[in-house]
Amino acid sequence: MRPQDREEVAVGSESVGRPASAHGQVGSLALQAEPEGPLGSPEAVVASPEDLALVYEAGVEPEARSQWAYARIRFFRHKLAVVSLFVLIGLGLVAAFAKQIAPYGFDELDLFNTTASPTLEGKHLFGTDLLGRDYLSRVLFGMRTSLWVALFVAFLSTAIGTSIGALAGYYGGVIDNLLMRFTDLVLTLPGFAVLLTAAAFFGTSSPLKVAVILALLFWTAIARIVRGVFLSLREKEYIEAAKASGAGDMRIILRHMLPNSLGPIIVNTTLVVALAILTEAALSFLGFGIQPPNPSLGSLIQQGQGEGTRLWWLVTFPGLTIVAIALAINFVGDGLRDALDPTQRRVRA
Amino acid sequence: MPDPILSIRDLTVEFETEDGVVQAVTDVTYDLQPGEVLGVVGESGSGKSVSMLSVLGLSPSARIPKGEAIFKGEDLLKLSQKRLREIRGGPMAMIFQDPMTSLNPVLTVGDQIAEAVLTHNLGTSDDDARKRTVELLEVVGVPYAERRVDQHPHEFSGGMRQRAMIAMAIANNPSVLVADEPTTALDVTIQAQIVEVLKAAREETHAAIVLITHDLGLIAELADRVVVMYAGRVVELSDVYTIFNAPRHPYTVGLMNSLARLDAEQEWLEPIPGQPPSMIAPPPGCAFHPRCSFSHGRLVCRTDIPGLRQIGEGAAHHSRCHFAEELEEAHVVAGAAAEEAR
Repeated sequence: MRPQDREEVAVGSESVGRPASAHGQVGSLALQAEPEGPLGSPEAVVASPEDLALVYEAGVEPEARSQWAYARIRFFRHKLAVVSLFVLIGLGLVAAFAKQIAPYGFDELDLFNTTASPTLEGKHLFGTDLLGRDYLSRVLFGMRTSLWVALFVAFLSTAIGTSIGALAGYYGGVIDNLLMRFTDLVLTLPGFAVLLTAAAFFGTSSPLKVAVILALLFWTAIARIVRGVFLSLREKEYIEAAKASGAGDMRIILRHMLPNSLGPIIVNTTLVVALAILTEAALSFLGFGIQPPNPSLGSLIQQGQGEGTRLWWLVTFPGLTIVAIALAINFVGDGLRDALDPTQRRVRA
Repeated sequence: MPDPILSIRDLTVEFETEDGVVQAVTDVTYDLQPGEVLGVVGESGSGKSVSMLSVLGLSPSARIPKGEAIFKGEDLLKLSQKRLREIRGGPMAMIFQDPMTSLNPVLTVGDQIAEAVLTHNLGTSDDDARKRTVELLEVVGVPYAERRVDQHPHEFSGGMRQRAMIAMAIANNPSVLVADEPTTALDVTIQAQIVEVLKAAREETHAAIVLITHDLGLIAELADRVVVMYAGRVVELSDVYTIFNAPRHPYTVGLMNSLARLDAEQEWLEPIPGQPPSMIAPPPGCAFHPRCSFSHGRLVCRTDIPGLRQIGEGAAHHSRCHFAEELEEAHVVAGAAAEEAR
C-alpha cells in the first residue's frame, strides 16, 4: 500500500470512520472497557471520548493534509513531469554555477584551436568556434543568460498580469472594462513586429532590457486567466462570508482569492518561461536579442548558422539545449496542471 | 417594551434583470428586540434572505429605492462602505446556509476565525487571536479545539464546519446575529445539534437572532416571534405561539397544513396549490389570491392590496389579509403540533 492510497481517510476523520490501522492499539482498549457491540466486531464498538482522546494522543489519526500536499502527491504520480523537473533543476544549477563549472570563460580565445570538432578526449568537449572559444563554456553561459531572461520575464509578466487580472475580476464593471480593453489592445499588437521595433528603439545592450520588453508583451494571457478565475471566485460563498465578517477588498483579494487562484497562475508562469526562452532565442537569432560577446542560446545559433553543416556543432548544441529546456518546462507545466486542477483529481485514491 | 436594536422600515429592494425589474422585497417593516429570536419564514424567493443581505450591503446588484434599517441609531442603508465593514462581523454578524462552501478551502479553520477577530480588533497579537479562536471553537462544541484549529475545512464534517461558521460569527460578541437557513444544508441529526449550538451562542453573546428559514420545526424550537413573508411582503407577524395556534393569514395556514404530522392520521400532505408568483409581474390585489383557499374569488382580493393590520386585542399580532377574521372559525390543525414541539 503506497502512502497516497490512504488519501480518503484523511477526510472527515472526526466521525466514526477510524482508520483500520488504529484498531491495533485503540480497538483493543475499547474492547476491554465496553461489552461487545451488536455485531460482535471491533467496528461495532462505540469509542468513548477517552478512547478518541487516546487516538489523538497516540497520533494514529491520519496525518492532516493540505491541498498542497494533495497536489504534491498528484504531481509525483506524473513520472515524465518529475523527470523533467529534475532535468530543469539540474540545468538551472549548471547555469547558476556556470562560472565555476565551465572549463573556460565564454570569451576566452584559443587561437591554436579554432573550429575544433567536439571530442571526448581533447580539451573541448563541444568543440570550439571560429575564434577558438570553448563551445561548452559558451553554451553554458548562453543557457545562463537565456534562463535568467526567461525567469525574469515569467516573474515580471506574472506580477503585471495577476495584478491587472485580479483588479478587473474583483471589481468588475467599468474597471474590468477598461483593464480588459487595454489587455485586448496589447494582445492585438503584432508581437514580433513590436518586439523588433522596441528592440531597435530601446536597444538590447543588456539582457535586462530584452527581458523587460518581453514581459511587457507576455502578461496578457495571465491577466485574462486570473480575471476569469476571480470572476468565478467572486461568487463563492466563502468570499461572501469573508465580506460578511467585515474583511476589506484588499484582504479578500490577497488572502482569500489569490491563494485560490495560485494553481492556474503557476501553470501559466511555467509556460511563459518556455515561451520566453523560445522568443528570446528567436529574437537573438534575428540579431535583435542579446548582443555579443554575451552569449545566449539564440545568438549562438545565429552565429553558427552561417557555417552550415561543416561546423554542425555550432548549431546543434545550443539548439538541443533549447529543445531540452522547452520540453522539460512544458512537461512540468502539464504535471502541475494535473496536480493543481481539482477537477482532474482522480476518483481512485 | 425596550427600544428595538434593529428597526427595518418600509424596506424595498429591486433587481434589474433582462426581463424587467424584479421587486424582491416591498415595504417590509419589522423590529428586532434585543436578545430575542425573530424567525423569518417564507418560500424560496419570498425575499426573506434578500431583505437581510441588502441591509448588510452584501447584495451588490440590489437597488434599494426606499426604506431604512436603524441599527443602534445608524441607518445601515446610508452608511459608507467603511463603516458598514466595521459593523459586519462586529456588532452584526451572519451565519450562512451552506457550511460546505462558506469556508475558504485553502486557509485553516483557525486562520479564518482568527481573521474575524483580527479584522475588528486591530493590534491583537496572533497569540491572543489564537487563544480566542480555540475558546470560540470550544463554545460551539468542536472537540479537541486546540488541534482542530490548525486543520483545513476539508478535514471538518458538515456539522463541524457549521459550528466553525457560528464561532466566526460570534467572534466579536455581536448584538445581532443573522442566521440564513443555518440548518438547511445539514442532515437531520446534525440539525438538532446545530440548534443546540445556536442556543449556546445566544447564551454566550446575548445577541438577538434573525433566524431566516423555511423550517417550521426550527422556528418552533428557537423563535420568540415570527415574521411570515410572501412575495416580498410581510403577510403575518406575531409571537410564535399565536402563529402556530391561531394563524390569521391563509398562507400561514397553508404552511401549517403542509407539514407532515406525527399526531394525526394523514394519507397525504396538503400542499399549497400553485406556484409562488412571478416577482416581475405579481398578481394584482393580494399576491396570494390565486392560491388562496379562503378568497372564494371575492373581488376585493383581486383588486386591493391588503394592508398589514392589527388582529385582536394585543398590539403584537398583524396580518395582511382582507378576511383575517374569517380564519378564526376555520379549522386550524397545526396548533397542537406547535404545542408538541415546544
